[in-house]
Amino acid sequence: MASSDALLPISAGEEDPLSPYTQLSDGSRSDPNLEAHRRRRPVKGLLAVSFGLLFIASYVALIATHDGSRSNDAAIETDETAAKTSRARLAGVSEKRNYQFWKLSGDRNTPAFAWNNSMLSWQRTAFHFQPEQNWMNDPNGPLFYKGWYHFFYQYNPNAAVWGDIVWGHAVSKDLIHWVHLPIAMVADQWYDANGVWTGSATFLSDGSIVMLYTGSTDKSVQVQNLAYPEDRNDPLLLKWVKYSGNPVLVPPPGILPKDFRDPTTAWKTSAGKWRITIGSKINRTGISLVYDTTDFKTYEKLDTLLHRVPNTGMWECVDFYPVSKTAVNGLDTSVNGADVKHIVKASMDDTRIDHYAVGTYFDSNGTWIPDDPSIDVGMSTSLRYDYGKFYASKTFYDQNKGRRILWGWIGESDSEDADVQKGWSSLQSIPRTVVLDTKTGKNLVQWPVEEIKSLRLSSKKFDIEVGPGSVVPVDVDSATQLDIEAEFEIKKESLDKILGDASVVAEAEEFSCEKSGGSSVRGALGPFGFSVLADKSLSEQTPVYFYVAKGKDSKLKAFFCIDTSRSSFANDVVKPIYGSVVPVLKGEKLTMRILVDHSIVEAFGQGGRTCITSRVYPTNAIYGAAKLFLFNNAIDATVTASFRVWQMNSAFIHPYFEEAVHALSRT
Amino acid sequence: MNMIKKMKMKMMVMVMMMVILSEGSMIEQTCKETPDFNLCVSLLDSDSRSSSADISGLALILIDKIKGLTTKTLNEINGLYKKRPEMKRALDECSRRYKTILNADVPEAIEAISKGVPKFGEDGVIDAGVEASACERGFKGKSPLTSLTKSMQKISNVTRAIVRMLL
Repeated sequence: MASSDALLPISAGEEDPLSPYTQLSDGSRSDPNLEAHRRRRPVKGLLAVSFGLLFIASYVALIATHDGSRSNDAAIETDETAAKTSRARLAGVSEKRNYQFWKLSGDRNTPAFAWNNSMLSWQRTAFHFQPEQNWMNDPNGPLFYKGWYHFFYQYNPNAAVWGDIVWGHAVSKDLIHWVHLPIAMVADQWYDANGVWTGSATFLSDGSIVMLYTGSTDKSVQVQNLAYPEDRNDPLLLKWVKYSGNPVLVPPPGILPKDFRDPTTAWKTSAGKWRITIGSKINRTGISLVYDTTDFKTYEKLDTLLHRVPNTGMWECVDFYPVSKTAVNGLDTSVNGADVKHIVKASMDDTRIDHYAVGTYFDSNGTWIPDDPSIDVGMSTSLRYDYGKFYASKTFYDQNKGRRILWGWIGESDSEDADVQKGWSSLQSIPRTVVLDTKTGKNLVQWPVEEIKSLRLSSKKFDIEVGPGSVVPVDVDSATQLDIEAEFEIKKESLDKILGDASVVAEAEEFSCEKSGGSSVRGALGPFGFSVLADKSLSEQTPVYFYVAKGKDSKLKAFFCIDTSRSSFANDVVKPIYGSVVPVLKGEKLTMRILVDHSIVEAFGQGGRTCITSRVYPTNAIYGAAKLFLFNNAIDATVTASFRVWQMNSAFIHPYFEEAVHALSRT
Repeated sequence: MNMIKKMKMKMMVMVMMMVILSEGSMIEQTCKETPDFNLCVSLLDSDSRSSSADISGLALILIDKIKGLTTKTLNEINGLYKKRPEMKRALDECSRRYKTILNADVPEAIEAISKGVPKFGEDGVIDAGVEASACERGFKGKSPLTSLTKSMQKISNVTRAIVRMLL
């Protein structure tokens, strides 16, 4: 109710200020009649006066609080210490992220851009997972079973925008060539009537599968539900059954009904129980709740949280898994031991960024602490799987090949009108293997799955020396479906000269891909890299590049960036500059890999230490007009580039029919 | 006796005033965090549902305003075909974009906010502003719809700020 809601915040905030006022009020009354009455009925007088002063106090509070954000804090939050660090929510509003108060590019008189069908149909990818039409978002329940990789996903069967969500389903033998299957789960129960949302799969000891997923009930409460395959013998897992006793978990006390979603894969505790974690929030603190179960039907909530980080907002799509400190294979989610670190990852609702941290898990009480609290999960400085457009990601253990594989939802960066016109929205990243970087021990390394190489057709190898301020066309025929692997080296003479030159200003501390002006801004040692999806005159281009900067300590720092600001003439698409610093160890050359697939560019720096995914929508640099260039925009340094460019075949993702499934079974 | 009655009346009046002031201040406190306080307050005050709405409810009211403005603009566009036949191409573009607001952005935002996943609502609301801007630009500076498209951009910005509070 409005009145009680409105009253509570004010009184909660003004608790302390009130008491001195009421005490003062006692002394201020001078009317003798009133005093007499007050002595006889002290309570009433006190009440009347205190109400009056409450009225005045709240009015004063209203006009005194000019800073809207602070007043919101005082009135509504009863959270911890006043935030000194950047509050994720406010930071999200004030940072110039791609979905901030962005205006169309260009001035008011730049003509608007009208998309035509030719441009729009070019945008569809050749080898990234996407349904035949309509909207897709989070990856769900990925798993390998009886020879097939299964992929489920949030899907809208009715439109190219989010809504009416059900579980789409597809299978593949190799994570690349997919066959679309019928919808796996629809919103047909009261406990998921308003949405069959994200969930994860767990393999039981007998090899059977249980699926936990979030349902939005008919009253829009977020609950967790159990489902399992109808027929264990069907390798395609076409049909799913929902447990008759659903929901198995409802929001616990202290958790709001809309802050309880995305259960993880379960792992075995040393006590022999199964344990899961579910992201949530308490006020502005992101948290992950922990539950133990033996049968996936009844659960016991631990008093401890897996982890919590203040000022990060709601944690969506939490993921929790072990990584080996020494080996480069993946680990089953239940593995633990001295040789293992644990990763906590969460998708930040406030900023649409996936963050992770490396840390230590304590099985005895289901808690985890980060190795480096200064880059804890969700902080603006913490590590990301990907520095571009990449959200709601989820890993699974691939027991077929002993790998941990990461899926990420790649949304569109264009207008919804274009999505409606072209009839679809969103992609998944190419599945990536994930391992701990055994050389640094502090970050993960991701790499596109090996199977993508099966799409490689013809290739050309190049060794080119690129002088400062030059652009070199790379002759590769078609340039819209490419796999590029490249090694760069700044010529030693250039490096020595620049490092020794005191007039070359140290800039590594200030540089950032996003804020330093993009690839056209020239520095001593960069930027240099490739311009993909560029037309002949480079009027549209998407540079993927390294920027090497001298630090104050005269050491070099390398940054890996993608600049989409000139990727398209269209002004109704978002065109950010993405990237991050990339660790380069002694003796390493600068390496990058780029997958170009129509409107998506996935780039991997230093073997996957820094990854960037971006969506681009060129209007001219499409079909045969798209070209590839090598460039070096450095002021003084010469760079040698040694690289190979493969033409990539289509993955021919198609709907289910008997022959398709049989054909895939034979590969 | 009189004194007691007077006191009771004073208390009642004060409580009532507090209630009224508090209700007003809920809208005001919310609108303070938007880029256009006056527009926000005037939109919400003009709707009787605001007095008993929580923040979700206020967001839904503003989305309803977006819907109303979209319909109004579409009607205006339809009327312009006869009056300004030379602008047909731009009008077609606007018509298509505003239909997207009506058929995609608004339902997406309503569903998302009602179901507690406001970030998709934010997408829909932002897009309403994007489509309005794109429509405006199609006239190359000679738009007959400027005040309507500007309104949409402003309402979109205000609504978006309120939806962010739900994250």
